Amino acid sequence: MEDVKRVLVLGSGALKIGQSGEFDYSGSQALKALREDGKFTILINPNVATVQTSEGVADAIYYLPITPAFVEKVIQKEKPDGIMLAFGGQTALNCGVELYKSGILEKYGIKVLGTPVQAIINTEDRELFADMMHSINVKTPRSEAVNNMDEALKVVKEIGYPVIVRAAYTLGGLGSGFCSNDEELKKVAASAFSYSPQILVEESLKGWKEIEYEVVRDRYDNCITVCNMENFDPLGIHTGESVVVAPSQTLSDHEYHKLRRIAIDIIRHVGIVGECNVQYALDPNSDDYRVIEVNARLSRSSALASKATGYPLAFVAAKLGLGYGLDEIPNSVTKVTSACFEPALDYVVCKIPRWDLGKFEGVSRLIGSSMKSVGEIMSIGRTFEEAIQKGMRMIGQGLHGFVCNNVHVPDIEAELVNPTDRRLPAIELAFTQGYTVDKLHELTRIDKWFLCRLANIHNIKEQLAGAGSLEKVSEDLLREAKCMGFSDYQIGKICIAADKMNPHEKQAAVRKYRKGLGILPVVKQIDTLAGEYPAFTNYLYITYNGTENDVQFEQDGNSVIVLGSGAYRIGSSVEFDWCGVAAVKKIQEMGYRAVMINYNPETVSTDYDTCDRLFFDELTLERVLDICDMEAPKGVIVSTGGQIPNNLALLLDHEGINILGTSAKSIDMAEDRQKFSEMCDSLGIDQPRWKELTSMDDIWSFVDEVGLPVLIRPSYVLSGAAMRVVSDRAELETALNNAAVVSQEHPVVVTEFLQRAKEVEIDAVAQNGVIKCYAISEHIEFAGVHSGDATVVFPAQKLYYETIRQIKKISKKIAGALNISGPFNIQFLAKENSIKVIECNLRASRSFPFVSKITKFNFIGMATEIMLGREVEPFGKTFADIDYVGVKCSQFSFARLLKADPILGVDMASTGEVACIGDNYHEALLKSMISVGTRVPSKEKGILLSSGPTKSKIDLLDAARILDDYGYKIYATSGTARFLEENGVKVQEVLHWPDSDEKPNVIDYMRGGKIDLAINIPKNNTARELQNGYQIRRTAVDFNIPLITNARQASAFIYAFCKIGVDGLAIKRIDEYV
Amino acid sequence: MEKEAILILEDGTRYKGRSFGYEKSVSGELVFYTAMTGYPESLSDPSYKGQILVPTFPLIGNYGVPGDETVNGISKFYESDRIQCSALVIAQYSAEYSHWDSAKSLGEWLKKWEVPGIYGIDTRALTKRLREKGAMLGKIVFGDEDIPFYDPNKDNLVAQVSCPEIKHYGNGKYKVLMVDCGMKNNILRCLLDYNVQIKRVPWNYDFSGEDYDGLFISNGPGDPAMCTETIANIRKALQQDKPIMGICLGNQLLALAAGAKTYKLKYGHRGHNQTVRIPGTHKCFVTSQNHGFAIDDSTLPADWERMFENLNDGTNEGIKHKSKPFFSTQFHPEASSGPTDTGNLFGMFVENMIEHSKK
Repeated sequence: MEDVKRVLVLGSGALKIGQSGEFDYSGSQALKALREDGKFTILINPNVATVQTSEGVADAIYYLPITPAFVEKVIQKEKPDGIMLAFGGQTALNCGVELYKSGILEKYGIKVLGTPVQAIINTEDRELFADMMHSINVKTPRSEAVNNMDEALKVVKEIGYPVIVRAAYTLGGLGSGFCSNDEELKKVAASAFSYSPQILVEESLKGWKEIEYEVVRDRYDNCITVCNMENFDPLGIHTGESVVVAPSQTLSDHEYHKLRRIAIDIIRHVGIVGECNVQYALDPNSDDYRVIEVNARLSRSSALASKATGYPLAFVAAKLGLGYGLDEIPNSVTKVTSACFEPALDYVVCKIPRWDLGKFEGVSRLIGSSMKSVGEIMSIGRTFEEAIQKGMRMIGQGLHGFVCNNVHVPDIEAELVNPTDRRLPAIELAFTQGYTVDKLHELTRIDKWFLCRLANIHNIKEQLAGAGSLEKVSEDLLREAKCMGFSDYQIGKICIAADKMNPHEKQAAVRKYRKGLGILPVVKQIDTLAGEYPAFTNYLYITYNGTENDVQFEQDGNSVIVLGSGAYRIGSSVEFDWCGVAAVKKIQEMGYRAVMINYNPETVSTDYDTCDRLFFDELTLERVLDICDMEAPKGVIVSTGGQIPNNLALLLDHEGINILGTSAKSIDMAEDRQKFSEMCDSLGIDQPRWKELTSMDDIWSFVDEVGLPVLIRPSYVLSGAAMRVVSDRAELETALNNAAVVSQEHPVVVTEFLQRAKEVEIDAVAQNGVIKCYAISEHIEFAGVHSGDATVVFPAQKLYYETIRQIKKISKKIAGALNISGPFNIQFLAKENSIKVIECNLRASRSFPFVSKITKFNFIGMATEIMLGREVEPFGKTFADIDYVGVKCSQFSFARLLKADPILGVDMASTGEVACIGDNYHEALLKSMISVGTRVPSKEKGILLSSGPTKSKIDLLDAARILDDYGYKIYATSGTARFLEENGVKVQEVLHWPDSDEKPNVIDYMRGGKIDLAINIPKNNTARELQNGYQIRRTAVDFNIPLITNARQASAFIYAFCKIGVDGLAIKRIDEYV
Repeated sequence: MEKEAILILEDGTRYKGRSFGYEKSVSGELVFYTAMTGYPESLSDPSYKGQILVPTFPLIGNYGVPGDETVNGISKFYESDRIQCSALVIAQYSAEYSHWDSAKSLGEWLKKWEVPGIYGIDTRALTKRLREKGAMLGKIVFGDEDIPFYDPNKDNLVAQVSCPEIKHYGNGKYKVLMVDCGMKNNILRCLLDYNVQIKRVPWNYDFSGEDYDGLFISNGPGDPAMCTETIANIRKALQQDKPIMGICLGNQLLALAAGAKTYKLKYGHRGHNQTVRIPGTHKCFVTSQNHGFAIDDSTLPADWERMFENLNDGTNEGIKHKSKPFFSTQFHPEASSGPTDTGNLFGMFVENMIEHSKK
């Protein structure tokens, strides 16, 4: 056993594309394993919304950036003797490798627990890795760098066609292409050489299957593979962008075990102690293979594998890091068997990515070798058809399953060959148009087995449609349809004539008819051993492919169901997982049975250890009703899982389900814009003026009334026509007319937009309409930046007392009028003490974990007590008592989203957040901004100021002066430079616009590494300025230069790093503040 | 739509399914196995003789079944030359299959060998019943064609699946005498990777006068106590010092020959995920298993010891002689189907022959 007492665990920081909530789950499991062994645990993770940073998960928690400098300071203070690097994604791994390379770990005598760092380095370096694989006769893709055409032709002779040619050192695949003969090679290579003096010629594995194995090894050299997974999409589509199926479905035993054997050879050779992931390409026409990648750490796939099998990989990996053998760890599901085994599944799971590409301007919807998805779901069934249809409903993009969707795909064939986020619906459209499985296989290279299963779903839809009416559908066919994953909604839509009822009535009619025939789902357990050993597991899913329930329900009214938050997406992420888990904990503490429904494999709430019963299943009306039928619960909590459960409240209430806390009617009152406005009017509460309008004429006359700018919110969104602020008539016309998005059926909501108004939020909990606790926070940016993207300060530092008083008054009125019992959040605009309400949600908001952790008072805990009917005392502390400050910053993933304009607006674009605490506002802000990757610039390099409209120029003037005073080099674009110099600020050099031929050019300076911070404030004016601004912003993202696009945030950051500096930041545990 | 068929258990439980194989009523012993791949290998494994197989993995038939090619006189893909089990009971059948080396569908293959297959069964519910009540007799009934239950363990199944005559394989240096009690082909394939030649003999062949370097006792179906002739032959070999290796039934026969006892497990071990450990160490192996009987360790004579133990239930997974080169395993180092982690045991056997030939 490793002789360590204090173990440092590095978290993964803010959620971003490619590194999401899965690491909250991994880290939480690791901490649990460590504490079970009596270790003192130290966690560094600035992600305030995570479960792992909650009280009681680790012994010492630091909300600090995960960078070597900060980690070293924590090491100096906490004196750990062990460190774990494998549980915080690439962020933790990279930081750990740097700590190792710089000798810091050795200096402080810290032992790396688990896989040695050198082994990690060996897998991270492409060449070292390839050499290592070849030394044990494992094949990797062949790739050669060449410097001229002759060399290219020669290399192809060895590798053989087809090949892929890539230009070295270019971004975004410039100059790359696929070649199947000399002629094509000459063409593509010539183009590639025009971008770069060196090109890479690689063997093409296009159309090969992509397979993954999760492998575990202990110090005794025992190896197991916990799970294998098969990508539905062939190689070429990043595994994070693929539908993934576990276990593999199209591999023979020979192939399965050949790849398994190689995975074990690799893990032994690399010397992993813990867990790793091996990715393969497998030839669909032979058993030839290539190893694509090895991840020597817990990964997204390992989190998925854990959820898919019930095998707690992260927990086991942490124990192995402590020196246990696999045979010494019990199987946590069965308790009687050992963790040294390979799970047997008796179901199939599908992972489907969730994209939010519509949220970004300029980004391509094509999916390919880089990851763009922001979340994922996992669906479980006993047929593939059942799992995939469930899964398509789960991703929450309005799909009803594989069939019955209203998805517009302009060119199906193009979509099939070059897939986008609409690939699955496009396949269904193709079936409708008579495409055969063979043809689809040819176009998509998706294995025919999967396509046949999808064809099967399509065929059943045709059979259902052929029946003519619901009553004419035979019992057998109806049962078959349910076994193939059809929802009652789908069946209603197919079988009941459109004019007869609305979709909800149809769904209800199918449900009634089906139940009358005795066609009911059953509950099955996930037990890791396919039923071989008795398991008292509470990890459940629902299927129609069965005749017997695995569990008996008490139906004693002591179950409380918590609806989870579904797939992570922009606007709903790990914060709601924290809320759900907090609710579950409180429910249990109060002596009730906590039942969770959720299907997001990246969460802690779907860890079967978290609750008394976990239904890893859909959050649809149909499924929640099924579960309510089984549980006969005391009630359902809909207010801790974000918008999905919130939207179900009214529907569940109609079906007689007890909604705990605030009534469904009140929820509806707050959600329905019209009703809410009427209520505000009657309470004398001011709102920005708005109207729902159906013609351009009406819009013009409303604009004449309120003036520009206005906020427009189309209800029918074509790409690029989402919610936005428009500042002149031409822009308004372009936005609405060109897209033809205004009509009787698709009204547009137009709202007056207040410029330079502060945005303030209240997070609160009320009981029977009386507020019991609240937190008021303010945004650093003026209104116009989505609250999910804004930098939030709590307690609010710069509000007038009068503003605070009014906000409290208004909140009290609303809480009373809606008779709120539970969590809620209201957003306000404040301008010169005139307060307007912009939004009210009768549920927990994104900032609940933030304010709960900063106040060390669990808002959700109190809300849960209230929802369960316990009388609570008001939270006594007033926020004037808090003598420290929390600042929450947003994390953006623009680097992953090629071509996207990294600009902030009224629609949310951030993928994650962090929060840090400081003794003052600037200290907290600086820690927080560094945590999302905004490096403090070096004085050797310069700071680019391109400060947009006059008002931003004025806003930035003081900050520019401070930069000048502190000896920073300022580079500026012409207008900004003129303004600064007129005001006595020294500008090092004036840089020309990107589209200018004159030197020095701003883009050259950015590419040349002369700029260490770019401040570009967008100016919505001429097309030329927009284009130039875009190029500056995009170049900053592509060249990893910190970018700030908001003047107020930029000023605050500059002030903080100049006046306080990194060395002035206190290294304190949360409990040293709170 | 396919014909309906009813699965009836000894305890009266009935499950309604649909046929995708040969349509005839059949009875046998119901056993479940938890492997997720390898139905062509399992169905052709003679150890399943007389049994109705219930895979716990619900999706079966996805990759079809391979062709009938042979290499060195051994089927390239299958574990014997036919389907051995009595019937197959699954949850979901893939009539459309997809694999580069498939030749036909699973349904077609079942029909060829006149073996029934039914789908649409809640195999998890069935598995739990078998787990709780123990392995049970069962029958699949088509229409009115009812038939009595049949207990295969009362028959000498080994005699039914063993080779009728002697066969030779390979031309290497070391001579292996293979007692075929229902041997899986992959045992031959594994051994032939070494410098050996194999003489495969029927289960009751008296080999005491034979010239060989090593004795191999294969896997096979049913109750080991039925093979009295084989046990008697092995007992003679135990008097000598020539290397012996056994697998599965071979393990049990070796134990019985040595004087130990065997017993029937409640529902056996059948799958790819059973872990065995070398006693007294942390050394573990994931193995492929398929057995309903086991050795009672406490009855092992003093000169024998446990070689492997089951990590989950502690049952015996192999024995070895304390001084002579005799060993056997309850699991299947030849895999096919299943994990290949213990394939080096064949090397150990060959090493033993090499060592012995030096004496």
